[in-house]
Amino acid sequence: MNIETLLLTVVSTSLVYSAPLIFTSIGGVFSEHSGIVNVGLEGMMVMGAFASVVFNLAFGDAFGAATPWLGLLVGGLVGMVFSLIHAVATINLRTDHIISGTVLNLMAPALAVYLTRLLFQGRGQTDILQHPLSTVTIPVLSKIPVIGPIFFTKTSAAAYLGIIVSIVAWWVLAKTRFGLRLRSVGEHPEAADSVGISVYAYRYAGVLISGFLGGIGGAVMAQSITLNFSVTTIVGQGFMSLAAMIFGKWHPVGAMGAAVFFGFAQSLAIVGKYIPVIENMPDVIFTIAPYLITIIVLVAFIGNARMPAADGSTFIKAK
Amino acid sequence: MNETPAIEIHHLVKAFGTFKANDDISITFRNGEVHALLGENGAGKSTLMNMLSGILRPTSGQILVKGKEVDLHSAKDASELGIGMVHQHFMLVGAFTVLENIILGSEPTNAGRLNFKTARKRVEDILSRYDLDVDLDARVDDISVGMQQRVEIVKVLFRNADVLIFDEPTAVLTPQEIDDLLAIMRQLAEEGKAVILITHKLEEIRAVADITTIIRRGRVIDTVKTAEKTAEELATLMVGRPVDFDLPKSDLAEGAPILTVEHLDVTDKNKVKRVADLNLTVHAGEIVGLAGIDGNGQSELVKALTGLLPVHAGTITIAGKNTTHATPRQIVRDGVGHIPEDRQKFGLVMPMTVIENMGLMTYTEEPLSKHGILNEGAAVKMTEELTKKFDVRTSSIHNTAGSLSGGNQQKLIIAREMSRDPQLMIAMNPTRGLDVGAIEFIHQQILNAREAGHAVLLISYELDEIKQLADTIAVIHAGHLVATREAGDLTTSQIGLLMAGEQLNEEAAVDAD
Repeated sequence: MNIETLLLTVVSTSLVYSAPLIFTSIGGVFSEHSGIVNVGLEGMMVMGAFASVVFNLAFGDAFGAATPWLGLLVGGLVGMVFSLIHAVATINLRTDHIISGTVLNLMAPALAVYLTRLLFQGRGQTDILQHPLSTVTIPVLSKIPVIGPIFFTKTSAAAYLGIIVSIVAWWVLAKTRFGLRLRSVGEHPEAADSVGISVYAYRYAGVLISGFLGGIGGAVMAQSITLNFSVTTIVGQGFMSLAAMIFGKWHPVGAMGAAVFFGFAQSLAIVGKYIPVIENMPDVIFTIAPYLITIIVLVAFIGNARMPAADGSTFIKAK
Repeated sequence: MNETPAIEIHHLVKAFGTFKANDDISITFRNGEVHALLGENGAGKSTLMNMLSGILRPTSGQILVKGKEVDLHSAKDASELGIGMVHQHFMLVGAFTVLENIILGSEPTNAGRLNFKTARKRVEDILSRYDLDVDLDARVDDISVGMQQRVEIVKVLFRNADVLIFDEPTAVLTPQEIDDLLAIMRQLAEEGKAVILITHKLEEIRAVADITTIIRRGRVIDTVKTAEKTAEELATLMVGRPVDFDLPKSDLAEGAPILTVEHLDVTDKNKVKRVADLNLTVHAGEIVGLAGIDGNGQSELVKALTGLLPVHAGTITIAGKNTTHATPRQIVRDGVGHIPEDRQKFGLVMPMTVIENMGLMTYTEEPLSKHGILNEGAAVKMTEELTKKFDVRTSSIHNTAGSLSGGNQQKLIIAREMSRDPQLMIAMNPTRGLDVGAIEFIHQQILNAREAGHAVLLISYELDEIKQLADTIAVIHAGHLVATREAGDLTTSQIGLLMAGEQLNEEAAVDAD
C-alpha cells in the first residue's frame, strides 16, 4: 500500500468509526450542561440504532437513496422519546442520575431485541440493510491536491455532518440565549430560578437533545458499520462517547475531537495491519485498543476536567 | 410627602396553620428613603420580604405598588413591578462572567443570539451612574465577595428595579466593604430608589437608615425616625427588654499557656496549603480572637486543632501534651471543648434526641455507660440539669436536635462542651445567625469560661464579636497570621485592612509573634 492510499484508508476508516461517537458525545454535552448526568447514552444509541434499521428495511424501497438519512432522523426521534424516561426520572422524580441511566442501558437492548424477535419472525437480528450510509466523495473539495484525496474521497458524510453539528452546538451553547440559560441551570439552578428561568424546562431540553443526538449516533452506527441490528450493534459506543465528552472537557468541539481520536483507535482493528512499525502486533491488541485507550484517557483526564457545577444534582423549586 | 409611596402594605397577615408569622403588618416604603426592618431571627422579616418579592402569598391584607393593588405570584412578577431582591446568599453562577450573570434571565438578543454589545452598554451606564466598581469580564469565581455583592446590586438595577431589598447584606463583608455598601445604599436612595434593609445590626441601621420599623413576633412594634433613637433604645424595642451590650469583664492575670501552635502547616484535600507557618499561643484566662474573612484558613486551622484534618507540618501542644497527630477523641479527652462552625454538620446529629446529643462526647464513660452499656437514666438526669442550666428550650428532651431552633441548637452544643469543663474552648462563629438574646447568653458563657481560668480561642467573621470579647486579637489572611496584638491596640479599620491582606502604615512593625 502506498502512503497516500494508507492515509486515505486510515482517515476514512477513522471518520466512519468516529461519526456515531461525535453525535452521541455532543448529546452528552447538552445533557450535562443542563445538569443531568447521562450514562444512559448507550441505551439511547441502542434505541436509535434499532429504530433506524427497522425504518430502513421497511421504507428503503419507497425513499431510495434518502432512506439512510431519514433513518438518522427516525433514530434521533426514537432516542429522544426514549430519553424522556431519563428526564422524568431525574428531573421530576429526583432519581439518582447514574441509576436512572443504568436502567436505560439495561432496558434498551432487552426491549430492542424483544421487538426484533416480534418483527423478524423470532430471529434475534434483522436482515442486512439494502440502503446503508455509504461513503461519498465530496465534489470540488476532493479535487484539492494532496488533501482532497485523503480527506474528501470515499469518506464518511455523517462524520462531516457531525463536525458541523459540533460547531453549531458550540455556537448555540456559547452565543445564544438558549445556551446561556441551559448552562446556568447546570451550574447554579437556584440562581437561574431566582431570575425567572424554568430549571425544569431547560433540563428537559438538555436531556431531550441528548436523546436525539444519541439516537442519531446509534442510527449512524447501525446504518454505516454493522448494517443490521442485533444485540451486538452497540457495544460500549455510548460509554466511549461519554468518555469523549469528558476528554473534550464538556466542550462540543472538544468532544468531537476526542470522538475522532476514539474513532481512530477503533479503526486500528481494521487498518492496523497495514501500518508499518505496528503491523506485526497481535490482532487482539488492536481489538482491545479502543477500550483500553478509553480507560487510560478517563483515568488521566477525569481529575483535571471541570464539569458543570450542578451536574448530577436535583432541583426542588420553592413553593 | 404627597407623592405616591413606592410600596404600601396594609394589614398584611401570613399564617402557617394556626401560627401567624406576620400579624396585621402595615408599613409604607417611600422612594428616596433607606428603610430598615429590624427584628430578631424568627420575628417575621423574611416572611414579609418573601411576600413582597412574590415567593410567598399573603393570607390576607393588601400590597400596593405605586398606589395600585397587586397580586404577586412569582419572583418574576415582583421583578416586573420593579421590586428587586439582593439575596443574602448570592445567586451568581461562578463559572460565568460578571456580564453574563447580570443579563441572565433578561438577556438582550438579536433573534435568539445574545447581544453582548447592547448589554455591556446598558450595564456600563448603570455602573457610571451609581459609581460602582465591577469588572464585567472577570469570572465570578475570581472576584471578591464585596464585588460579588455589587454584581447582585447591578443585576437588580439592570432589571430597572425601583425598590431594592437587601437581606442581611453585610454578614460576609469586611468593615471597609460594609462602608462601601452603605454608601451605595445612600446613593441609591438619593437617586430616588426605595431601599429596604433587613438586618439585626444596629450600627448599620444607625449609619444608613432614615426610617426604622421594628418587628417582633410577627407584629410591627414601632416605626421610628432612626436619628431620634439611640442604639440601646432600638435594641430594647427589638428584644422587648433591656439588653446588655457591654458584658462586664474582669481583669485577669495571664496564666500558663494552654494552647501552643508552632509553625503549623495544614493542606486541604486538594493538597492546597490553607494554613502556613502559623504560630499562636492561648493562655489560661485569655480569650484570643482570630479575625479574618471567610475562607482564609480558619476552618482548616480549627479542624487541625480538633484532629479532624491531618497536620502537614508543625506542632500543636494542648495543656503540655503534644496533640499534633492525636485523634479527635483523644483531643476531647485532653480537655478541649469545640463549638464547631457548622452546628448542623459537625456539632449535632440532627435526627437524634437532645439526650443523645448531650452525651455525644462522654457516652463512653461513666456515668453514661458502663462496660459498653448505656445508662439511660443517667443521661436523662444529666440532660435535664444541663438544659435547665444553659436555658435550652424544648418541649421535651426526647425531641430531636433538628426540631430545636438555631439558638437552642447552639445552646445545646455549648451546654455539652462547657459542662465538660474544658481547659481549652475553641469556638468558631458561635453566634452566627442567632438573635440578640441568644448572642448575649452565649457571649456570657464564653466570658464565664475565661473567668473560670480556661483558655478560649474565638474564631469569628463578626469583627464586633471579637472586639467585644477578646483580650488578644490575631488576624489571619490567606493562611498566615498577619498580626497578633492586645485588643485595645488595633482599631476596627486597622483590623479590616489586615483582614484584606494590606499592611498597616505605621512605625511599629507588626509583631507576628
